[in-house]
Amino acid sequence: MSDQNKSLDPRIARLELPQGESIVKPDEYWGTFEVFLQEKRGKFHQHVGSVHAPDQEIALVFAKEQYARRGKCVNMWVVKTTDIFAFPLADEDMFTTTPDKQHREAGMYKVRDRIQAYQEREKKI
Amino acid sequence: MYGGGFIPDENPKKQTEAVAEDPALLAEFQARIDRGEKIEPHDWMPAMYRKQLIRMIEQHAHSEIIGALPEGTWITRAPGFRRKMALIAKVQDEIGHGHLLYTAAETLGKPREQMINDLLSGKSKYSNVFNYPAVTWADVTVIGFLIDAAAIVNQLANSKGSYGPYCRALERICAEEAFHLKQGHDAFVYLATGTPQQHEMLQAAVNRWYKPIIHFFGPSDKESVHSEQLMRWKVKMASNDDMRNQFLDMYVPKVREVGIDFPDPNLKKDPETGKWNFSDPDWDEFYEVIKGNGPCNAERLAVRKWAEEKGRWVRQALATPYTKSTVPLA
Repeated sequence: MSDQNKSLDPRIARLELPQGESIVKPDEYWGTFEVFLQEKRGKFHQHVGSVHAPDQEIALVFAKEQYARRGKCVNMWVVKTTDIFAFPLADEDMFTTTPDKQHREAGMYKVRDRIQAYQEREKKI
Repeated sequence: MYGGGFIPDENPKKQTEAVAEDPALLAEFQARIDRGEKIEPHDWMPAMYRKQLIRMIEQHAHSEIIGALPEGTWITRAPGFRRKMALIAKVQDEIGHGHLLYTAAETLGKPREQMINDLLSGKSKYSNVFNYPAVTWADVTVIGFLIDAAAIVNQLANSKGSYGPYCRALERICAEEAFHLKQGHDAFVYLATGTPQQHEMLQAAVNRWYKPIIHFFGPSDKESVHSEQLMRWKVKMASNDDMRNQFLDMYVPKVREVGIDFPDPNLKKDPETGKWNFSDPDWDEFYEVIKGNGPCNAERLAVRKWAEEKGRWVRQALATPYTKSTVPLA
């Protein structure tokens, strides 16, 4: 930039701004880690997003800066994204019948009617 | 901040090259969106949906990063400790927002390095407002209050969109924006209700920023071929005009109540239509700035390149055997 010294900004006017192109190389920003945050002791860690980092320790530092600037947090996990193994989203139909499995639910088991019928029957005798 | 309201479209010739999609998949995709379901990274999606989202999220990310530059250089000159602390927190948030958005765009298959290269080469755009200088502290105040407010209108709309990772990022961003807006309003009111010199300095800054603010949401998009399709896919959630109108509805009164006004005698709400009228904000200038000819385009990119070059040795020093790029999960 030829007129760099004309910047209104004193801090920028002092920089030696680069001339020409800048190119970022592939992989320069590393891989990603998934971040899990625990809001309170006793609660589950929950997925909150991801960070780019060169290793797990730096990932934790970036995770704290990125996801724990505000609000409650007592602990964080980071996991390499490639280490997470998940069902394909397209397979979500395998869960669709789950809500129909009433035999697994407490609400399915109702015997009050039967008890009442029994008691009425017994009284008659 | 800074959901750069307006996303410059590709040149119209390229736009017409529609990709033929499987009609059955397309119908299923549309039905899912109509049911209010979110689309996730590994779901099937039309090529145009992917492309538009990448462009939109990427440009939004660039806007966050570049937008932090005019404010960031005022940290050392902020008037007083309280304002300085607020500005540091805000600028860090903006960089964080950039990160969240880059991550969301990466889930669609464009690596971060490529996005940064497209920014540095000028291929990829960012919100036009950041190509204007922050001449005084009052300019920072106007950015913090009114540009953030405009961005929130845009981001709140987009957070109801159809792409899961973008919505999740925006929800988080909007929560933090609430603080940005409040601290901006606080600083704005202090100057407006301060000494006559402070009041005058603020009015001068509002005069400088009026046009960029009207430009922020982009020109009327009623004639855009793509808008309708993108709205059906919940990529674009509201028209430029509607968002601008909503912004004026909410913020003109807040500016006027402290004795400041926008420098436009035609800025009036039509009581019949409920729409705001304003003078022609010089859309030629708008397109010139997009092309790279604004007052600060070159400086912004040069500073961004400087950061890239000066930070490289740190990234290299940190490099480990498992530093290959990966696509974030969600």
